[in-house]
Amino acid sequence: MDEINNLMHGFSVAMTLPNLVYMLVGITLGILIGVLPGLGGANGIAILLPLTFSMDPTSAIIMLSCIYWGALFGGAITSILFNIPGEPWSVATTFDGYPMAQQGRAAQALTAAFTSSFVGALFAVALITFLAPVLAKFALNFGPAEYFAVQLLTFCSFVGMSKEPPAKVIASMMLGFALAAVGMDTVTGQLRMTFGFPELLKGFDFLIAVIGLFGIGEILLTMEEGLAFKGKSARLNMRVVLQTWKELPRFWMTFLRSTAVGCWMGITPGGATPASFMSYGIARRMSKEPDSFGKGQIEGVLAPETAAHAAGTSALLPMLTLGIPGSPTAAVLLGGLMIWGLQPGPMLFVEHKDFVWGLIASMYLGNLVGLLVVLTTVPFWAAFLRIPFSVIAPVIVVICAVGAYTVHSSMFDVVMMLVFGVVGYLFKKLKYPMAPMVLALVLGDMAEASFRQSMLLSQGSLSIFWSNPLVGSISGLAMVLLLWPLWSVVKDFGRQRKARQLKART
Amino acid sequence: MNEPSNLPDGPDKPALKERGPELAVAALLMLLAALVIKDSLRIGIDWADDGPRAGYFPFYIGLLLLASSTTVFLSTVLRWRANQNIFAEREQLGTVFAMLIPMVLYVIAMVWLGIYLPSALLVGYFMRRYGKFGWTPTLSVSIAVPVAFFIVFERWFLVPLPKGPIEKILGF
Repeated sequence: MDEINNLMHGFSVAMTLPNLVYMLVGITLGILIGVLPGLGGANGIAILLPLTFSMDPTSAIIMLSCIYWGALFGGAITSILFNIPGEPWSVATTFDGYPMAQQGRAAQALTAAFTSSFVGALFAVALITFLAPVLAKFALNFGPAEYFAVQLLTFCSFVGMSKEPPAKVIASMMLGFALAAVGMDTVTGQLRMTFGFPELLKGFDFLIAVIGLFGIGEILLTMEEGLAFKGKSARLNMRVVLQTWKELPRFWMTFLRSTAVGCWMGITPGGATPASFMSYGIARRMSKEPDSFGKGQIEGVLAPETAAHAAGTSALLPMLTLGIPGSPTAAVLLGGLMIWGLQPGPMLFVEHKDFVWGLIASMYLGNLVGLLVVLTTVPFWAAFLRIPFSVIAPVIVVICAVGAYTVHSSMFDVVMMLVFGVVGYLFKKLKYPMAPMVLALVLGDMAEASFRQSMLLSQGSLSIFWSNPLVGSISGLAMVLLLWPLWSVVKDFGRQRKARQLKART
Repeated sequence: MNEPSNLPDGPDKPALKERGPELAVAALLMLLAALVIKDSLRIGIDWADDGPRAGYFPFYIGLLLLASSTTVFLSTVLRWRANQNIFAEREQLGTVFAMLIPMVLYVIAMVWLGIYLPSALLVGYFMRRYGKFGWTPTLSVSIAVPVAFFIVFERWFLVPLPKGPIEKILGF
């Protein structure tokens, strides 16, 4: 087994003392980011990215990906103890987690959440371990048409899978593409949409967009809710942890289902948030006692947490193998890869074995370390939320401003961060999804390049996207997903007609 | 999380309806789309000898942006009376602006004064105004925050942050 050998080599890369320290630092920072409102996985990593420019890429990605795991763990703490989802993907955890805390079962809820996160992540990492090399080998034969088809699939699945109205998904996505096109055209060297402003020559950096949209936007949104946090306190002792662990194997079916949902939603860019909702919904529908959900049912904590962590982890699979991130956080990590001088995509598995397998091994270790850290330090993190928001809010604004400035040492970026913050607030309120915009901003140049290359090959004919079975089936799937919302319109129409006919008959 | 803004509230609470901002954002996106299309036309959307020209791809992006934002715009206009959803209550908007305005001033001040002094002022202002803290905790936190940033960024990671006249006097 090649994969096992590679993985063992990866462990030898990840298990060095400095890397283990970076892992621990990453997890701790990640939990902190997950606990604080306004700082999340995506913008937290974006803010810290400039600090890693001079680090060894393997250590840097280990630290940054551990921040991501930490943030995934941390989100559960605030949802359960304070009924405040620290991250969007832990919203579904509040449904049953907070009632459990109110009933005095906070410790069980937390143990269940952390353990199921760990299980979800473990399955997803195993999937990456065995699927990634295969997918990468397969993708080595991809031409520009195949690449564009995969990118098309990514964006079409946003339209098909989002809860938001399709027009808003497309608008947000196209805004991302338009912003990505600003600046110098990489092929012809012409200036596009700069309108004579020298600041726009470089174009818009998606890191700034991420910090503004998710950081400043979130702070503004939190301000609406008022400034009071009222929470339950919890102390985790080993006895409760072990007792809860004894109960958990009963729910193996929930774990399996949620992991499957999570992995699927992570690889296709549904992301952790819809995965958690979907998994919660399925668990309730499949349950023998669906009425107990929302009132402190432990399964209602297990399902979304498993799915969110599985999705968050498996989002790295397309990022590593194809260079197409499955979530905004994966997009930020992808940005990091490019800054460290690594070209994401299938060649990574050939040319930078140390890096790839070190990262994969660190995912196993990082999640294990994360589980241990989070189980032992809950009271400490809960105390963080008792700091009044009037202190936390301005400090987070300062952190965001510093983060935005350090990306390019430019004041203009800080101003743009503020603009993106307002956009983020408006988009959130008006239910425009933000993930498609961020992904379009990241992938814009790449998508354009592969589209133009395909057009060059085919002399401008779109038929190249149907020219062989591989590219044809990818584009076909993309079209199905794109037209998915129409299907529900047709179904609604049919149902209405049936209802009308029934009414006419009676 | 429950979103109180989506619930139809009683008439006693003044609130901003969703449709106004909805229309404004859609109109803004339409304007941006028009800009994208206009500039793509300027640099050429057809083929040159060496392949598609620079405006080829953005042109279609602009068209799609225009189409989708027009859809949102029109559906908002068509359901103008039916849509009574609330964007935010007046009071909530007040707290949002209470954050946004100091934030704008903070960024403007950063251009002239560097990052450290405005950061201290921002933290101090919030602690005094909304946290009702005494002078001792306010001063200690608002000085500790920039100092911590200075140590972590400039000393530890060697990443320079913007500095103003005060830092110059202190000799950095």
